[in-house]
Amino acid sequence: MTGYLIAGGRVVDPSSGQDATADVLIVDGKVAEIGSISDAADAQVIDAKGLIVSPGFVDMHTHLREPGREDEETIASASAAAAAGGFTAVCAMPNTDPVADSASIVEKVWALGREVGLVQVVPAGALSKGQKGEKMADIGEMIQSPAKVRLFTDDGHGVQDSLFVRRTMEYLVAFDAIYAEHCEDAALAAGGQMHEGDRSMSLGLRGVPAAAEELMAARDIELARLTGCRLHLLHISTAGTVELVRKAKAEGLRVTAEATPHHFSITDSALENFDPNCKVNPPLRTDDDVRAVIEGLRDGTIDAIATDHAPHALEEKDQEFSYAPPGMVGLETALGLAITKLVEPGHLSIAEVVSRMSTQPAAILGLDQQGRLARGATANICVFDPAATWRVEPSSFRSLSRNTPFRGWELTGKVVHTFFEGRETSRDQVAELESA
Amino acid sequence: MHKHLLSMDQLSAEDITKILDTASSLRQMTSRPIKKLPTLRGRTVCNLFYEASTRTRISFELAAKRLSADVINFAADSKSSVAKGESFKDTAWTLEAMGVDAIVVRHGSSGAPEQLSRWVQASVLNAGDGAHEHPTQALLDLYSIREHFKDLEGVKVAIVGDIVHSRVARSNVKGLVTMGADVTLVGPPTLVPQQATGWGAEVSYSLDDVISDVDVCYLLRVQKERQAEQLFPSLREYAAIWGLDSKRVAKMKPDALVMHPGPMNRGVEIAADVSELPRSIILDQVANGLAIRMSLLYLMLGGPEAVSA
Repeated sequence: MTGYLIAGGRVVDPSSGQDATADVLIVDGKVAEIGSISDAADAQVIDAKGLIVSPGFVDMHTHLREPGREDEETIASASAAAAAGGFTAVCAMPNTDPVADSASIVEKVWALGREVGLVQVVPAGALSKGQKGEKMADIGEMIQSPAKVRLFTDDGHGVQDSLFVRRTMEYLVAFDAIYAEHCEDAALAAGGQMHEGDRSMSLGLRGVPAAAEELMAARDIELARLTGCRLHLLHISTAGTVELVRKAKAEGLRVTAEATPHHFSITDSALENFDPNCKVNPPLRTDDDVRAVIEGLRDGTIDAIATDHAPHALEEKDQEFSYAPPGMVGLETALGLAITKLVEPGHLSIAEVVSRMSTQPAAILGLDQQGRLARGATANICVFDPAATWRVEPSSFRSLSRNTPFRGWELTGKVVHTFFEGRETSRDQVAELESA
Repeated sequence: MHKHLLSMDQLSAEDITKILDTASSLRQMTSRPIKKLPTLRGRTVCNLFYEASTRTRISFELAAKRLSADVINFAADSKSSVAKGESFKDTAWTLEAMGVDAIVVRHGSSGAPEQLSRWVQASVLNAGDGAHEHPTQALLDLYSIREHFKDLEGVKVAIVGDIVHSRVARSNVKGLVTMGADVTLVGPPTLVPQQATGWGAEVSYSLDDVISDVDVCYLLRVQKERQAEQLFPSLREYAAIWGLDSKRVAKMKPDALVMHPGPMNRGVEIAADVSELPRSIILDQVANGLAIRMSLLYLMLGGPEAVSA
């Protein structure tokens, strides 16, 4: 067998604007042909009638936990989870142990990703040594390593020292690399357990005000203006931040932003029974914020849907709410939430979702073999059923961790096949769950 | 009656009235020379305290013993399994395996009793969780106010002090609003956020504005660390503006009450002489706390036959 013929699906490729029924022939890891193909005798035929054939998804924000917390996730398990979720590339956040702040570590993560071979693992580098926000990490060396790091962040924390931000942005300009911020003013957010508002007051949990995110987003936008550096705002969650990004883009600044499925799917009302699986940073916000995030995704203010997949061990989540670490897994529920919460209610089209999950993040990260379905390109493809429903059952996740607030949810939109470099890396993510 | 008591949100006006009425009859019984009732003989109540407590723990212990239950006290301190790293869940399961019927839990983390109730079969009674709730305190306060005014409907209550960090305030507001009382929260905006209006209470930044109008002035303990957090400039200034001293007491209605959940910071939220005035019912609150906790254990653990008895 030399390849696959994905027959009769609706081919959606936002990079070229294609959205029509066509066959896709994969030969030797490449897209050999798109169109009406009758001559593919030795290819394995995949009936894609009623299915969407899109470029594989690109997650700009994944915590793979290796090195350091291989009990929670490994590069292998995260790659499998990503493939199951339709992803063909993930950007590995650098807050590992040790922190990915040097060429040797990003190169190791990159090489392990290649060894596993289920998705393209794209390491992000830390901005500062040890992510302490004090001394610049080995930025140039990481860029020039085989990992070719393009995005730098101290994700997990906001960088508090504005002078450090300015200097780092200035330095990154030399490489046209991206300064990516986890927007959180540490003093305003200190001790925060959830979004600050009526619900945090009522539950007696210390709140993180929206201003903690917006202040830092506003500062970074001004510093991006000052330095000319590319700025990417990670997991934006408030109406105010969406508006700041909208304004910055209108002014022509090189600012991009991502939002997570949980920030467009659920609100702080999910915390009312103190479920630590709903604890996440930035916290789940209000209905108004969810509406603003969805509008930002719709009008293009927010470029990318990113999971912020954050595995945590059961014993860490299964404790008192205020002791549990923030974060939730997301690779295997991202498409389902996007279809259920964005497409079904009519906010975004399928093509717009594919653009936010694939084409745009690939473009931001400069991944030329991702985010497009063109003849001659590497065959990184997701085939999904936009109408199939399934029930979220965390015990079936490929991820080693189970910390999701969506247990038991019925989602529409199911990944049927994922191809990475022409190889099928996942089939029928959730077929075995149908009986549930 | 409910299986667990986690939050005042669970309780309707009818529930609260039943708890207070039961406390009232139990209080009469315990004024007899022989104070013990056999209702909970053979049942086991565990006090699981992750935070230091004197009055609440002793009150629950005595309440259980007056009803003839066996009582275990587990303080999660340096001498316990918790100091060895045992998780909250494992501690809960250990107690469950020993066959306790009720767990009275105090915890510094908001929501811990609700989480506990998902892990065990025993009834869970919230004895104070973080800044969330302290329902038995609210019930004993409702009892104490009702004792004086006969009815809670329309009673004007000012709760003064650190609302934002107070579980007592949250439970009291919910209980008082459910019973039809008019509640005003008083203190500086750093301690009384605007969101509190969502609870059905008024907010005022001036004690002087409200003091002459209230039936109850309920003072909360102002913890000294709040000053370190820059929530107000000094305890002296707090006392001058929001403390209850004899000058402000002089403006109160003749039959208005002074209440405090204890322990008091004399000279801060309450002047020393004010706490000893006849209108101050702080010690009645303590005595009523015993009756309320007996009532709850009786209603929750006594079973239908006990309730009808």
